[in-house]
Amino acid sequence: MPVSSAVSRREPAIRSTSHGRRSAYLIVGLIFVLVVICLVAAGRGQVPISPAEVAGSLLHRIGIDLGPLPSAVQGENALWLVRFPRVVLAVVVGAALGCAGALMQGVFGNPLAEPGVVGVSAGAAVGAAAAIVSGVTFLGAWTTAGAAFAGGMITTLIVYAMSRADGRTEVVTLVLTGVAVNATAGALLGLLMFLTDDDGVRAIAFWQLGSLAQATWGAVSIALPGALTGIGVALLHARKLDLLALGERPARHLGVDTERLRIIAIVATALLTASAVAFTGIISFVGLVVPHLIRMVAGPGHRVLIPASALGGAVVVVTGDLIARTAVDYQELPLGVLTAVVGGPAFFWLLRRTRARAGGWG
Amino acid sequence: MRATGVTVGLGGRSVVDGVDLHADPGEVVALVGPNGAGKSTLLAALAGDVTHGGRVEISGKGVREYRPLELARLRSVLPQKATLSFPFAAGEVIAMGRAPWAGCPEAADDAAAITEAMRLTDTAAFAERPFPQLSGGEQARVALARVLAQRTPVLLLDEPTAALDLRHQELVMGAARARASAGAAVIVVLHDLGLAAAYADRVCVLEAGRVRAVGGPDEVFTGELLSAVYQHPVEVLPHPRSGAPLVVPVREFRSGNPGPDLPDRD
Repeated sequence: MPVSSAVSRREPAIRSTSHGRRSAYLIVGLIFVLVVICLVAAGRGQVPISPAEVAGSLLHRIGIDLGPLPSAVQGENALWLVRFPRVVLAVVVGAALGCAGALMQGVFGNPLAEPGVVGVSAGAAVGAAAAIVSGVTFLGAWTTAGAAFAGGMITTLIVYAMSRADGRTEVVTLVLTGVAVNATAGALLGLLMFLTDDDGVRAIAFWQLGSLAQATWGAVSIALPGALTGIGVALLHARKLDLLALGERPARHLGVDTERLRIIAIVATALLTASAVAFTGIISFVGLVVPHLIRMVAGPGHRVLIPASALGGAVVVVTGDLIARTAVDYQELPLGVLTAVVGGPAFFWLLRRTRARAGGWG
Repeated sequence: MRATGVTVGLGGRSVVDGVDLHADPGEVVALVGPNGAGKSTLLAALAGDVTHGGRVEISGKGVREYRPLELARLRSVLPQKATLSFPFAAGEVIAMGRAPWAGCPEAADDAAAITEAMRLTDTAAFAERPFPQLSGGEQARVALARVLAQRTPVLLLDEPTAALDLRHQELVMGAARARASAGAAVIVVLHDLGLAAAYADRVCVLEAGRVRAVGGPDEVFTGELLSAVYQHPVEVLPHPRSGAPLVVPVREFRSGNPGPDLPDRD
């Protein structure tokens, strides 16, 4: 039939042209930017090393004799003991936060859901701080991360239970729930600070500000598996998250086991947030702003949104950390403060936009 | 699809009470009745969305006994109101209807099913525009296209024509009719009794959660029954040419003449 064949020639176009090609460019572009920014970030600091030398050092380590080695005194040690773990942890944390934001927004069906905004990060920080203060080591080196996961998990469940009504999450309920959860978590952190000694106070204060200064290979080895698992789980459920945009019942009409998806997504969100928070504290707004920018470029489809948000989050945190430790000589700005300075106004703008589009606070 | 003794309670009150209803392959069954008669709740029970008393079966097995994915390959559901939390393009929304078939041999028909659904609903022209930017009527047709693309043997449609102009009402009901002719069982909630009379093989009149009458539109649509159910005088006249029943609410005024005393609007 002439009509249908004319339309069917157009049909693949609908799904793959603009968004498809842009998505491919976006992913490739983000990977390229991430590699470049990582090479630059690893070279900057008190012992300057050029990006070429950073790449050379990396290549030599994996057995390819290509490119120059660091010429600076102690350059090799500065890279492998200090800078690389820090840059890698920044990548892991950024990817985890970007992905957690995209995942939460998909499950809540609300573009304002984000671990920092709704208080999941704060909940994870309470868990981690409680582990430090009480001095328990039931999981060995994994104790802090495990406690952060437990805290994040409990908070996500609370937020989910409190902010949903009739299968929907209203903007105002979500944000107010976040306010309440953040306030409670802040009070618990304050209480823990009161109960602990000076070292504990410093450790907790560090969480509230967010910083990558404590990055070690040990921290990377604990944060990485959690982040990778979380991102993998999110990717596996990307198609179902798309369907969830139709609402809970229509998603079920299309074969999604919404109860199961919800539980999986909540566990994955807590895992991602805990991986990000356990060693670096609360770095807010990354999961809010990054997925939003990605949606503007590549559309809301989660098969692109999730990997692109992870990559974009990594770029933002590596860049943010680079600025945090090099902007002021011999001093380090807290990274969480830096992201909040940019993220706060962006959140405000998003809030107004979402409110306008949803036609009121409803 | 067969329902026997279906009862649904909401907040301690039976919204649907002992309804028997069936739809065979090739049949369009219209659910009509006044606001609050339980039409949408009954449809939700038929879809397997709510816990219910009695039994709802598709192909001899209870709807609540299927896994969600199995059920999604048997029945599709058009909700009364289409919502979307992220600005997917209309074409992407329609393509979501193919999700239950991912990984099946039927996935080879994805493109054909989507194209056909767009043609039946006249939605191809704005397939690339973001869904939230479409008008209410366009959104409703995109939602229906998604349901048609799902290509299930049972279709449950909740007021598919509510937001549509006259041409698209006919188009949409024609699409439902065509799907039935192709062997599907279609149950459709309608407010427009004229459309129900024209397109349905059988009509089920619900009143306060119970079935008041079931049968062909010719038998069921009588002035007496409709006047009682809708609590408003209704006349049913045969169409001068086709003889199909025309349902006309009795109006005591005509435009240009002063009407009956209407309560002040506030």
